[in-house]
Amino acid sequence: MKPRNSGSVLRLAAPLRALAQRFSFLLLVLASVALMMVGRIDALSVDSARARVTDAFAPILDAISRPAATAAHVVESVVEVQNAFEENQRLKAENARLLQWKQAALRLEAENISLRSLMKATPEPSSSFITARVIAAPGSSFLRTLVVTAGRRDGVRKGQAAIAGSGLVGRVIEVGEWSARVLLLTDINTRIPVVLERSRQRAVMAGDNSDQTRLLYLPPEAPVQVGERVVTSGHGGQFPPGLPVGVVSSAGERGVRVQPNVDLSRVEHLQLVEFSLPGSEAEPSSESK
Amino acid sequence: MTLTLWQRLDKTGRNLAPFAVTVMLALVGMIPVPLPGYASVAPFLTAIAVYYWAIHRPDLMGPGTAFLIGLLQDLLTGGPLGVNALVLVLVHWAVSSQRRVLVSSTFALMWFGFGLVMMGVACVQWLAFSALQATVLPFRPALFQALLTMAFFPAVAWMLIRVHRAFLQG
Repeated sequence: MKPRNSGSVLRLAAPLRALAQRFSFLLLVLASVALMMVGRIDALSVDSARARVTDAFAPILDAISRPAATAAHVVESVVEVQNAFEENQRLKAENARLLQWKQAALRLEAENISLRSLMKATPEPSSSFITARVIAAPGSSFLRTLVVTAGRRDGVRKGQAAIAGSGLVGRVIEVGEWSARVLLLTDINTRIPVVLERSRQRAVMAGDNSDQTRLLYLPPEAPVQVGERVVTSGHGGQFPPGLPVGVVSSAGERGVRVQPNVDLSRVEHLQLVEFSLPGSEAEPSSESK
Repeated sequence: MTLTLWQRLDKTGRNLAPFAVTVMLALVGMIPVPLPGYASVAPFLTAIAVYYWAIHRPDLMGPGTAFLIGLLQDLLTGGPLGVNALVLVLVHWAVSSQRRVLVSSTFALMWFGFGLVMMGVACVQWLAFSALQATVLPFRPALFQALLTMAFFPAVAWMLIRVHRAFLQG
């Protein structure tokens, strides 16, 4: 703005403007606090606003995440070439071991089928999955989510399990038209009913924003061994039972900690899995948080 | 002096540069980097941009703009609404209260000032998230994020200076 008037008006206007500016700060601070309240009270409409904005920016995020992924691949492939020989040896040994496991699995599957036919057991619920690319992660100390390139159009629904390679990664919490947000296992809001595979001890796995997760509600005398596998228990109807989650990495006075199977910082592609669990349709999305 | 339509369009476009660059930094800050532990300490790039533009072009980066950018960031990161908006408005407030010192200072002093601002940002973020979660969250990630952002400051500021010279001067 060009001051066209004489100096006296300007002299009067300057403090007024300063006052207005100071007031606008206060107003904006209050607006921020009010927004925090609104976010707590009316989470649903905030979620849909979020999904819209994420949708709008998804193409840009997709485009700019590609060069970064490519650069990471280049660096990784250089490292991999250096270790190719040892890696090859290791994989050969692992392959031999896995072939044995395959035989065991086939034998067990056949046995399982025959036993099921004897027992009239209900068939396993079928599942379908959608593969999506990770395009964004919030650069924040207090949030553990991912944005992926699949949305309502592709069949993504709220509450679907997100799986990558060897285990559970998280759960879809927000769905846009062509993007979706996944809450990771390690986020402080995550609670997943799990069971320790060997001792069949039930617990709730909770994130705390660190790279590992905690087990809650374990009885103090529960026999927990480091290295024991943790799988979903299927309670609560969100995930099917038996989905691998992680392994116990430490058990002590400060609680039991679990190392997720999947390296959450390197996830590039996710499978969003719809498990058509019996009774899950009747459940409304009340437990959204 | 009256401007033609094209001159006016050109000027508006140029004046949008600070806003556009800051939004771009918000998006760049969300690129998934496959480094273990990086996500929790990823630098808070928009704070650098708001700090820089609030010193050099407060007319183009007002508190309202800072608020909007923070709100956009809140929506994009999926965090509680209003936290980043509050943080960026406070950054802007901190700068405008000391603007006279900062605008004529050396780069080192500007960097030092940013360090102080970033410490405040870490505290506010930690307080806000702790209050919204109703628990006491660990402060260390926020502290490391602040330190990493301070380490990124010269590089981002250099880029902002280039943008400043290219679009808003001459």
